[in-house]
Amino acid sequence: MSPIVIGIIVAVVVLGGVAALVLKGGSSKNWDSVEGGASAELLPSPSAAKPAAKAAPKAEPAPASGLFSRLVDGLARTKGRMIGGLDELFGGKKIDEDLWQKLEELLITSDVGVRTATSLLDEMKAAAAKEELEDPARLRQILADRVRELLVANAGSMAQPESGPLIIMVVGVNGAGKTTTIGKLASRHVTAGRKVVIAAGDTFRAAAIDQVVVWGKRSGAEVVRHEEGSDPAAVAHDAVTAGVARGADVVICDTAGRLHSQTDLMRELQKVHRVIGKVHDGAPHEVLLVLDSTNGQNAIAQAREFSNAVGVTGIALTKLDGTARGGVILGIADELDIPVKLIGIGEGVDDLRDFEPEAFVDALFSAGDVGRGQNSADAAALDAEAGIA
Amino acid sequence: MLETLTDGFRGVRLKMQGQTQISEDDISEAMREIRVSLLEGDVDYGVVNGFVERVKEKAVGEVVKVKAKTKKRDTMKVSPADHFVKICYDELAGLMGPVDVELEYANKGPTAIMMVGLQGSGKTTTSAKLAKYLKTKKKKKPMLVAADTYRPAAVQQLMVLGRKMNIPVFSLRGIPPVQLCQMAMQQATSVGRDVVIFDTAGRLAIDDTMMKELEGIREATNPRNVLFVCDAMIGQDAVRTANAFHERLALSGFVLTKLDGDARGGAALSIKEVTGVPVKFVGVGEGLDRLEEFRPEGLASRILGMGDIVGLMQDFEDVVDTEQAEKDAEKILKGDFNFDDFVQQLEMLKGMGPLQEIFEKMPMIGDMMPKGFQVDEKELVRIRAMIDSMTKSERRNPDLINDSRMKRVARGSGHGIKQVKDLMERFRMARVMMKEMGRATGLMGKMPGMKQAAGLARLKRQGMSMDPSMLSSLGEMAGADGGMPGMPGMGMPGERKKKGNPKKKKAARKKQRAARKKNRR
Repeated sequence: MSPIVIGIIVAVVVLGGVAALVLKGGSSKNWDSVEGGASAELLPSPSAAKPAAKAAPKAEPAPASGLFSRLVDGLARTKGRMIGGLDELFGGKKIDEDLWQKLEELLITSDVGVRTATSLLDEMKAAAAKEELEDPARLRQILADRVRELLVANAGSMAQPESGPLIIMVVGVNGAGKTTTIGKLASRHVTAGRKVVIAAGDTFRAAAIDQVVVWGKRSGAEVVRHEEGSDPAAVAHDAVTAGVARGADVVICDTAGRLHSQTDLMRELQKVHRVIGKVHDGAPHEVLLVLDSTNGQNAIAQAREFSNAVGVTGIALTKLDGTARGGVILGIADELDIPVKLIGIGEGVDDLRDFEPEAFVDALFSAGDVGRGQNSADAAALDAEAGIA
Repeated sequence: MLETLTDGFRGVRLKMQGQTQISEDDISEAMREIRVSLLEGDVDYGVVNGFVERVKEKAVGEVVKVKAKTKKRDTMKVSPADHFVKICYDELAGLMGPVDVELEYANKGPTAIMMVGLQGSGKTTTSAKLAKYLKTKKKKKPMLVAADTYRPAAVQQLMVLGRKMNIPVFSLRGIPPVQLCQMAMQQATSVGRDVVIFDTAGRLAIDDTMMKELEGIREATNPRNVLFVCDAMIGQDAVRTANAFHERLALSGFVLTKLDGDARGGAALSIKEVTGVPVKFVGVGEGLDRLEEFRPEGLASRILGMGDIVGLMQDFEDVVDTEQAEKDAEKILKGDFNFDDFVQQLEMLKGMGPLQEIFEKMPMIGDMMPKGFQVDEKELVRIRAMIDSMTKSERRNPDLINDSRMKRVARGSGHGIKQVKDLMERFRMARVMMKEMGRATGLMGKMPGMKQAAGLARLKRQGMSMDPSMLSSLGEMAGADGGMPGMPGMGMPGERKKKGNPKKKKAARKKQRAARKKNRR
């Protein structure tokens, strides 16, 4: 036998042993229950490594426009493509299977998620059957109402403490845009005449502290920093203490990006949260989860896990410019109870906006309305509609 | 990782288990479930529909075949469920494969590698990891170029990483990215670095100015490799984004990052299928050595809930002295397993990466783990503390440990007596399990996933070409199926042969079960 094979045997033996030792409790039960299933286990033939026959039809090209992208386009001030999927979809003469199919596609390709998309579709189908609808335009109204309901029910604005500084803790996975969001948020507050302190709490990633310092300089916020590799809870502690002592209006605590499935790192986050609460009663007033809107269904898992760990009070949805679909916002509203509070729609400092669900839905569904027509739906009008100041 | 996809397939597989034939309705129902689980895994909508159609088409044809065989009273060689999973597996692997993890190197002068992608996808970290991979695994002399002059402190970040790995980083203040990359190539030639990696700024595919900059770099430096760095968590936009970059830059490969989370990696399934550009590497952790070559079969196996024995093998080879391992295996399989061995093996496992990941790669273990199971590394620390509180002779001969010794160990390690008892009990179970594995009909047949391991080891030597006769001989070598308790041997489609007396086997299994029960008490 080749040494490699022997090696694998050992690996498997030892793993099995360690598994038996480490997988506490229920393991023995599991072993039994799996036994019966022997016949169903299957070895993939190595020939599977070869490409499957390419005779199969190529996947359909991605649809040109998602439910959200046109809103996003509007927000990003790019003209054109305003009348996309929805108008075409609901502009038809009758409600048929084809329409439902296309609607499903539109919802799913906008990252709304299968579950939420299915429940939306079921509701619409039920309504259509009940009212014996024949005009697709009515369906559009039903969809708009339902989406509005979902988003408005979950609306909420940033917390405002009765006294002392507003203390915000910012969390999220790697690369979601935490530091950038913090920089923009700080600038907004500074511009409004408030004193801002930022805790450079990402002590893990190389040069993350420097990135916060640059943003501090740009925005005119003070930055409390320790060395790379130091305890993030200590940084938060010092920043909150300094913020209170110096009479700051807002303290923003950055944290290192972490995948929500990493138990140890989530525990570290809980510690930071705990320490902030010890320094200042009732803090943090706001735990902001930064979500990358280009993420798909994983965003729901992120929201759930971060919420379980540190009680997320609001979501900042970033990178909504460009081609992002951001439909996951509906999935989150449907499955979890966390309001979206901020949206990031561009790289500029002023591209971080408050999220206003009513305006969001209006912009989403009204651009192609009969009275308004295609031409009036230019970018400026849409911005005004969306209530974006 | 990939939980949802895996769960979906697992559900279908369990449902079909034991059925001698699968009707078209069964297939339709299974495909509905699989479709939902693929969509929940962020696989592209169009790709999902194509996949479902192809599997359906093939599977329906197969049903007829299997039925025909049974009617003629032929031995049914494959269970329909097996066959169905096999079809899914082939299609999945087909979507992602074939393997192409090679980078292209220039014949003359330094090779340029250009890293591009959206903001926050992990370009800087991946650039550093790639440099380290090239340095340690490919014996190259890489140089990093900090061409992200936009994001605050991006240059600084790359400098810090470069210093950590002792790899030079090229950066000049105030020089636009295109010229910077050009100058970097000249610099590399003059100082004798053979691979140059450009870490470019994150950008949106619709940002024309920024895309032009990338085209500029491409024209000026003629990179042999343009790698698109893609977040594994990306949603339905994956394909469109990838396509947009591909159209302007003619990508040569993808790197899928953040695959260590529970991201379902659906993007990997979609990207290759739609663009035809292969996924070359995957990022599986924050450490700079957590970059792996992409293996579609591994991912497909994982999606189907079959473990990833090849990945395990690669990790293993990296850290283990195989000769020593062979001796250890023999010893352990004889039932001669003590706490010293355990500690030693555990140390070795730690070298292979996080235990959680190793377990997930192991065939069947994934099935046994309760949903959302987490290896608690702290539990290992506790076990280690207890073992450290034993005397040398106790460690060598655990049977010495009686009640009074247990009390001492508990006191010494700061644990309750119950925890020590618990450890002893689990240890005995593990020992019996291993002994059973060693003693049974054939070593190989008792190993979960062993058949693949053997087959793949050979394949590896033969440059991945497989001859069917060898497969069947492997099957024979593997002996009868059955498998250790709870770790059923993995059958091979079309290769399983009825061997031995089934009644006898049943009785033997019963015996094993009884023995286990006894042991548990």
